[in-house]
Amino acid sequence: MLGRTANSIFWMFRYLERAENTARLLEAGFRMALTRGVEAANEEWRSVIVTLGLQAAYEAMHDQYTGAQVCNFVLRDRENPENVLRMVERARSNARASRTSITAEVWESVNEAWMLLSDLLVRPVREAGLGVVLAIIRRESTLVRGATYGTMLRNEIYHFARTGTFLERADNTARILDVKYYLLLPSLAYVGSSLDTGQWDNVLRSLSAERAYRWLNAGRMDPRGIAEFLILDRRFPRSLSFCYDALAGNLANLAELHGHEGACNSMMRDAEIRLRRATIDTIFDAGLHEFLVGFIAGNQAIANAISDEYRFIA
Amino acid sequence: MNITEPCFDEMYQPDGTIRPAYRNYCEWLSEQDATFLRRKDREAEGFFRRTGITFNVYGGEDAEERLIPFDMVPRIITGNEWRRLSRGIEQRVRALNAFMHDLYHRQEIIRSGRLPERLFANNEAWLPQMVGFTPPGGVYTHIVGIDLVRTGPDEFMVLEDNARTPSGVSYMLENRETMMAMFPELFARIHVRPVSDYPRRLAKSLAACAPDNASDKPVVAVLTPGIYNSAYFEHAFLADQMGAELVEGSDLRVVDGRVQMRTTAGFQPIDVLYRRVDDDFLDPLTFNPDSMLGVPGLMDVYRSGGITIANAPGTGVADDKAIYSFMPEIVEFYTGEKPLLPNVPTWRCAEADSLAYVLDNLADLVVKEVHGSGGYGMLIGPTSSQREIARFKEKLRANPKNYIAQPTLALSTVPIFTKAGLAPRHVDLRPFVLVSPNGIDITPGGLTRVALKKGSLVVNSSQGGGTKDSWVLDD
Repeated sequence: MLGRTANSIFWMFRYLERAENTARLLEAGFRMALTRGVEAANEEWRSVIVTLGLQAAYEAMHDQYTGAQVCNFVLRDRENPENVLRMVERARSNARASRTSITAEVWESVNEAWMLLSDLLVRPVREAGLGVVLAIIRRESTLVRGATYGTMLRNEIYHFARTGTFLERADNTARILDVKYYLLLPSLAYVGSSLDTGQWDNVLRSLSAERAYRWLNAGRMDPRGIAEFLILDRRFPRSLSFCYDALAGNLANLAELHGHEGACNSMMRDAEIRLRRATIDTIFDAGLHEFLVGFIAGNQAIANAISDEYRFIA
Repeated sequence: MNITEPCFDEMYQPDGTIRPAYRNYCEWLSEQDATFLRRKDREAEGFFRRTGITFNVYGGEDAEERLIPFDMVPRIITGNEWRRLSRGIEQRVRALNAFMHDLYHRQEIIRSGRLPERLFANNEAWLPQMVGFTPPGGVYTHIVGIDLVRTGPDEFMVLEDNARTPSGVSYMLENRETMMAMFPELFARIHVRPVSDYPRRLAKSLAACAPDNASDKPVVAVLTPGIYNSAYFEHAFLADQMGAELVEGSDLRVVDGRVQMRTTAGFQPIDVLYRRVDDDFLDPLTFNPDSMLGVPGLMDVYRSGGITIANAPGTGVADDKAIYSFMPEIVEFYTGEKPLLPNVPTWRCAEADSLAYVLDNLADLVVKEVHGSGGYGMLIGPTSSQREIARFKEKLRANPKNYIAQPTLALSTVPIFTKAGLAPRHVDLRPFVLVSPNGIDITPGGLTRVALKKGSLVVNSSQGGGTKDSWVLDD
């Protein structure tokens, strides 16, 4: 397959994953706003903007953090070049550029997602309609994933698609955990103490992890346990370990199909070993923030190595 | 424009009875109720939007994707009519190919005095780089679209030859798929010759044109200008259906004397390039130096026999409307036969007598630029105001050789489905022809374009035209 097409497939799935995770983050914020006072809610909306790296752009436009403003800024505001509608547009335009490499089902699902969201996001979203819009974004992304899983040949195209998905997901989980943890913990001394469980519940919700975590921990909330779950639990499909297990598998498959390994494979192996050896204690001893920042940089380096190895760009 | 004289309607005879070609269809139609048909009409649009069958419209801030309107009443041609048409098309395409070869070699047709040299001497589509070179297999026009119009029961005429890069074949295929999905029972009842094997035939035909040193399974790639091109959907569609790579200029590079594409496993040579990029953009080293769409060095590889380019560069000469006016002579010169398909009568404004006639009769004529296409830059006398005609007269006088004129034809009509029921609209037909050393292959049917506005004669999709499924009956 063409290097350019591999690049399009990779980014198509990265943008879809990013749109889905952004919707999740907003859903968690929305729920927080419904269950807390105005102060806490606004603080929550600020954390959403910080997590998405949009603080400067947002504050250039608005002096307050309110639900409607934040949601519209994140979902559809033209002043925000990274809005969700734009992500879906980019996913769709990458799909269009690689139409010969995806099945009709995958193309139609991403095209329909784009048509639907373009219609829904023509006008500002009102609070009453927000829940519906966010659920649709998640559902549409799920449909594309399902079509991909159910109809695509397991060849290199599929592995590039999954590579994009897991790289993006790992990045998003790390970012969400990093920001939320920082905001919620006034100092590291609090780690292990019982804080406001509602807010911790919200970290889990941002990653669709609340049900899984409760089920595994009989409802006990502790920040350290939550970090451990989101970083190291191989069973949870949005944890860093799960993403890297999957990513390592896809990259190994690519190396096998191509008959040789590249720098991305050795970098992947190193990263995976680091993650396997890590315990929540070693991570906290060295500093969670430092760990996550290092992880995000390493993730980016692997993405660059994949792009070089498979000639994504001329 | 409104035609005052009665037009030939392909479904109804003047007395209101149904012509044989449409008898079975109309019988089926009379059994359907109106709400069912209206629902189907709405369904069709949703189907096209979902599958992304769009064309891009240039201009404006965002390159907008639009649907070409689809009308669900088929255009029907009998087996007999088709046999006659295809003989004429085959003859014309054979002549076109021989003409191309001659133009770039000995130019016998000019030596014989049948064609004035000035016609191509200052024709931008004529490429000096092609002189003395014969493309692999001797094929110039691998894919041709011949635009036909009809004015009576037996009167089919050629309106235009598209020897450069005819488009629209994806609509021919998708229109049929849509019709079969919407009205399966109709196809069980009426036997229509299939079109769906066109991509397979195209792949075979292109592979047969590969250079001599290519392997048994030549690598075919489709070259597109990219996702913002108006026909991108078609490029992707054809590549997908053929199982060929869809490449852009930035994917290609000349490596070791071959044109190669950048794959995830390194560079891989291409044997046949089905290009949907204009000549001028093919190779910045040879043509337009600013082109980002082509491949530097492509023409050198081509001329040394390392790749087949389909269609061959320089075939655009035949799309010139002044050359078109000589097609009857061209057909006779190369085939030794009278043309089976006539041209539309054409006045060449470059000739003083013709120019005088055209200037006197502008109000009744259609005047076209010789290099124009897509329905742009033309004058339709009967629908133009006095002022428009006066202004056009000046343009015509200033540069007469840039124009040809034709009578305003009473194009045949076929009904379309409207809210108020069936209503006749003017149509043309573009059959698609494949040429390879193994022969000439014509897909039964083609693309019917229809002017959706009442009385309008302009069928171009860029000017509000639509399309119909075109049936050739298996009778």
